[in-house]
Amino acid sequence: MNLTYITLIPMIPLLVFLVLGIFNKKIKPLVSGYVGVFGLLASAMLSFYAAYEYFFVHGKVDGVFQTFSIKSVWMNFTETLHIDMGVLVDPISVMMLVVVSVVSLMVHIYSRGYMKGDDGYTRFFAFLSLFTFSMYGLVLATNLFQIYIFWELVGVSSYLLIGYYYTKTSAIAAAKKAFIVTRFADFGFLIGIIVIGYYTGTFDFETLNNPEGSAILNWASTSFMGLSIITWALILIFIGGAGKSAMFPLHIWLPDAMEGPTPVSALIHAATMVVAGIFLVARLFPMYYFVEDGFALNIVAYVGAFSALFAAVIAITQTDIKRVLAFSTMSQLGYMMLALGVSGYEGHEGVGYMAAMFHLFTHAMFKALLFLGAGSVIHAVHSNYLNDMGSLRKYMPITNITFLIAALAIAGVPPLAGFWSKDEILVAAFEHNKLIYYVGVFVAGLTAFYMFRLYFGIFWGKDRSYEHAPKESPLSMTFPLIVLAVLSAVAGFMPFSEYVTADKAGFQAHLNYPLAAVATSVGLLGISLAWVFYKKENTLPDVYAKIFGPFYKWASDKFYFDEIYLFITKKIIFKYISAPIAKFDKKYVDGTMEGIGNKTVLVSKTIKGMQSGKVQDYAFGFIAGVVVLVIVGIYLWSN
Amino acid sequence: MNLSSFLIMRHEVILLAVILLLVIGEIFIAQRKKNSMVHLAIFLFGIHTLIGFLAIDFGSIFGGMFHTNALIQFFKNIINIGVFILLLQSGDWLQERIVQENKGSEFFILLFSSLLGMYFMVSSGDFLMFYLGLELSTLPIAALAAYETSKRKSSESGIKFILSAALASGVALFGISMLYATSGSIYFADIIGGGVTEPNHLTILGFVLFFAGLAFKISLVPFHFWTADVYEGAPISITSYLSVISKGAAVFILMILLFTVAKSLMGIWEHIVYVLAILTMFVGNLFALRQQNMKRFLAFSSIAQAGFILLGLTTGNQLGVATVVYFILIYMFSNLAAFGVVQAISLKTGKENMKDYEGLYRTNPNLSLVMMLALFSLAGIPPVAGFFGKFFLFTAAASKGYYLLVFLAVVNVTISLYYYLLVVRAMFLRENDLAIPYFKSNLYMKIGLLMTAVGILVIGLFSPIYDYIYELSNLY
Repeated sequence: MNLTYITLIPMIPLLVFLVLGIFNKKIKPLVSGYVGVFGLLASAMLSFYAAYEYFFVHGKVDGVFQTFSIKSVWMNFTETLHIDMGVLVDPISVMMLVVVSVVSLMVHIYSRGYMKGDDGYTRFFAFLSLFTFSMYGLVLATNLFQIYIFWELVGVSSYLLIGYYYTKTSAIAAAKKAFIVTRFADFGFLIGIIVIGYYTGTFDFETLNNPEGSAILNWASTSFMGLSIITWALILIFIGGAGKSAMFPLHIWLPDAMEGPTPVSALIHAATMVVAGIFLVARLFPMYYFVEDGFALNIVAYVGAFSALFAAVIAITQTDIKRVLAFSTMSQLGYMMLALGVSGYEGHEGVGYMAAMFHLFTHAMFKALLFLGAGSVIHAVHSNYLNDMGSLRKYMPITNITFLIAALAIAGVPPLAGFWSKDEILVAAFEHNKLIYYVGVFVAGLTAFYMFRLYFGIFWGKDRSYEHAPKESPLSMTFPLIVLAVLSAVAGFMPFSEYVTADKAGFQAHLNYPLAAVATSVGLLGISLAWVFYKKENTLPDVYAKIFGPFYKWASDKFYFDEIYLFITKKIIFKYISAPIAKFDKKYVDGTMEGIGNKTVLVSKTIKGMQSGKVQDYAFGFIAGVVVLVIVGIYLWSN
Repeated sequence: MNLSSFLIMRHEVILLAVILLLVIGEIFIAQRKKNSMVHLAIFLFGIHTLIGFLAIDFGSIFGGMFHTNALIQFFKNIINIGVFILLLQSGDWLQERIVQENKGSEFFILLFSSLLGMYFMVSSGDFLMFYLGLELSTLPIAALAAYETSKRKSSESGIKFILSAALASGVALFGISMLYATSGSIYFADIIGGGVTEPNHLTILGFVLFFAGLAFKISLVPFHFWTADVYEGAPISITSYLSVISKGAAVFILMILLFTVAKSLMGIWEHIVYVLAILTMFVGNLFALRQQNMKRFLAFSSIAQAGFILLGLTTGNQLGVATVVYFILIYMFSNLAAFGVVQAISLKTGKENMKDYEGLYRTNPNLSLVMMLALFSLAGIPPVAGFFGKFFLFTAAASKGYYLLVFLAVVNVTISLYYYLLVVRAMFLRENDLAIPYFKSNLYMKIGLLMTAVGILVIGLFSPIYDYIYELSNLY
C-alpha cells in the first residue's frame, strides 16, 4: 500500500496553521474560515480514501489486516534505540483518521457560524488547524516517542483553545488547570517511555507489540517491587492516558475545560483529544494483554469502571449543560477503558477491544453532536444554565430533533449507534467480569436518566420569558448537526468487528439478545424516570434532592475533588515543601549566584585595561603568548 | 597531466572566472550605472555557489600541492553559502557606497580574492600552498577593512589589521621554515609519514610558531587583541566576513593540520588547545559582558565562540571533526543573522549601540525575532541549532574524558547567556520612546535574513545533516 499520500493528511492542517498564524491580522475572517474548512476537507478526503484503500483493497492479506509503515530515523541513540518519524497504518489508526476528519470537518464548518464576528476568528481557525495536525500526527505515530511529541502538541493546542477567551480569568485558570493536570500525568507517561526504551531497547510499536517479540516474551526478566518492570512502565503509560482521557482521579480538568468555545469542546474535549488515552492503551494492547498476564490491564478495567460510575453520578446533579456533557464524556470514556480492560486477544475473546474502538467511534459522532447542539442552544439563549432554558423545541426544531437523536443514541436505544457499541461493551464485561458488568448496566441507566434530564430541561419544561425570542441557528451550524445526526443514527450498523479487532483477523459479532434486552430496558427505565421528573415542571426533583440530602449536595459539588486537590497542593505541598525550598533558593542559591555574577562583572572591569588600543601592546601580547606556549610545549616534549 | 585534471579545482577556477568577469565589468560599465555591479556580483556568485554542489571528482594535482576530498568540497560549499548570504546582506550598503562615494566594484574583487585564498588554504597539500593561501586570504581583507575611506575608524581598523597580520604571518612563516629544517620536507604527506629526520625541540618551536599564526586568524587568546578594534572599525560586512568565513576556514584548516600532519605531536597540542580553550572562553566572555557597541560586542562573543570550538579540537578523532564542522556551519548561520540585523539597522539609522535597540520589538518585530533567534542560537538555547552544535562539541570533549574542560565550558555558556539575553531584553522588554522607527529593508537583505533564520531553525532539528557531516569526517 502506497503511504506517501497519507503523510499529506497531517501536513495540510500544519500548512493551514502556518499560513493563518503568520498572516493572522492580514487575512479577512471570511477567507481564513474558507482556508480552514477547505484545508481540512482535503485532509478528510484523503483520510476517507485511505480508509477505503486500507479496509477494502490492500489492507487484508490472508484474512488478517496488515500493518504498513514508513519511518525515517530522526535521532540515533544506539544501534537499536532510535527515534523515528513516520506513518503507521493499521486498523485503529485508519479508524481514528476517519473519526478525527469527520468531527474536525464538522466543527470547522460549524465554527464559521458560531464564531462569527469574534475578534480572534483567524486565530481560532489557526489553533483548530494546529490541533487537527497534532491529532493526526498522534494517531499515525510509529513509536512511543513520536506519539509523545504529538501528545504534548495536542495538549498545547488544547491549552490554547481552552484559554481562547484570554480576557476571561476563569478561562485562563481552566486552561492552566488542564495543562498542569495533564502535564502531571504525562510525567508518568514519559517515565514509562524511558523505562520501555531502556529495558526493551526500542520505541517502535511494531516491535513492541509483536506477541512473539522479545519485548513481550521477556517481560519477566527484570522485576521491581514484586512486579515486572514492564508492567510498571505500562502502568505509568496508563497514567498518561488517564490524564488525557480524564479518568478518575485525574479528571478534574475536564469540566473546567468547558470554558473554551463550544466547538472546541465538541472537537477536543468530547470526540478526539480525550480519546487519546483510550487510543494509547489500544495502541499498546498486545503489551497490556500479554505482559504479566494482563496485570496492568486489570487496573485499566477498574479505573475505567469506577470513572464511568463516578462521573455519571455527578452528571445527574449539574445545571451547566456543558458540564453535564463533560461528565457524560468522562463516564463514556470510562466505559471504553473498562471494555479494553476486560478484553481478551484472539477472535471473539477480543470483543472488549473491538467494542471499545466501536464505542469510541460512535461516541465521537453523538457526543460531538450533543456538544454542537448545546452550542447551538447557548448561541440562542446566551446562557449555559438549565435554569435559563425550557421549551426551546418551539424555537429550534432542527436542534431539537438532532439533539434528541444524539440523546437516544447515548442512552442506548435501538437501533441508534450507541445501542450497538454499548451492547458489545456489556457483552465483553459479562463474559469476563460480572462486577464490572453490573456497574456497566447501572451506568447505562444513569446515562439515560441524566441525558434526558438535560433534553427535557432544555427543550421541554416551562417556557421562559426570553428577552429576545431564541432563533434557530444558521445553516452553517445546523448542517453539521444534521450530518452528525445521520451518522449517529446509522453508524451502529457497521460490521465493525470484521475490521477493527485486537488480533486484526476480525470475527462475526452477534447481538446477545438477553443482554441487549436488559441494557435497553435499563436505558428506557432511565428515560421514563427523566420523563416523570422533568417533562413538565414539577416539584419531584426537589423532593428527591431533599431525600438524598447530603449525598446530592456531595455529588453536585463533584465530591469535593477540586477542594481536596487544592488542600493537598496549597496547604501541604506549597506550605511545607515549596515555601522552605523557595526560601533556601532565594537566600543561598540566588545569593551565591549573584555573588558569582558580581565577581564576574568586577573581573571583567579590571581586565578591561588589557585592551589598550595600541598595536604595539597587541604585538607584545602576541609574542609573549608564543614564548609561553613554546616553553609549555618543550616542557611537555621533554617529559 | 591533462586539462581535465584541472576540473578538481572547479571551485577555484569558477571563482577566478567570476573575479575576471567583474574586472571586465568594472572597466566597461559606466560609473553612473556601476550600482548594477552589485546585482551582477550577487548573480554570478549565486551561480558559483549552486555549481559547487554538483558532483565532482576528488584527488590531488600539482604533485600533491593541491588536493580535495568530500569534506573539503563540503566545507567550501558551506563558506560559499556564508559568503552568498553576506553579499545579500551587504547589497544595499554597497549600492549606497557606489552611488555616494563613486566607488567601483573593488569590494567584490577583493572579497572574492580573499575567498579564493581560503579555498587554496583548505585544499593545500604542502606548506607553500598553505602559506600562499593564507596570505591571499588575509591581504585583501586589510584593504576591505579600510574600505570606508571617509571614516577614520575604518582606516585605523585597516592599519591595525595589516600590522597584526604581518606579524602573525611572519611568525607562522618562521615556524614553517623550522618545520622544514627538522623534517626535511614541506609536503604534509611526508611529514605524516614521519618526515626525513626525527622530530626534536626545534620541531616544537616551529610547530608552536606556526600554530600561533593560525591562532591569530581564529583570534584565540592571547592572539586576539586585534579583533575588537578591527571588528569595530571595519564595515559591518567585513566584520561579519572576518568573524564567520575567515575564522571558520582557519579553524577548519587548523583542525585538519592538527589531526593529520601534527598527529604525532598530539601529546603536546592537546594540552595547548586545552589551555587556550579555557583562556579564550573566559576572556572572550568577560570582555563581551561590558560591551555597548554591537559590533564590539559580537567581536568578543565570537572570540568566546572560538573557545568553544576548541573543545572539539581537543579530541583528535572523527567525532571531533564532525562536531567542529557542524558547529562552524551553525555558528556561521547564527553570526550572519546577528550581523545581518546589525547591518540592516546601522544602514538605515546609523545606530550601533545596544541602547539604541531598546524597544525594537515594538517597531520592527521581524528584525527583533531574527536577532533573537541568532542570539539564542549563539547562546545555545534549545531547540535552535546552536544548542545542538554546543551539545555535540561538549559530548565530543566529554568522550575524551575532559570533564573539567566541559564543566568550565558550561560555566562560560552561563556567562554568555547573560549578555546575549541583555540584548534580547533590550529589544523585547524595554520601553523606549525613541525606539528605532519602523523601516523596510530591501529584498536582498530580507532574503539574506530569512535564509539565516531558516538555517538556524532547520539545521539543529534535521538530523541527517549531522549524520552526513559525520560520514564525511573520516579523515583517516
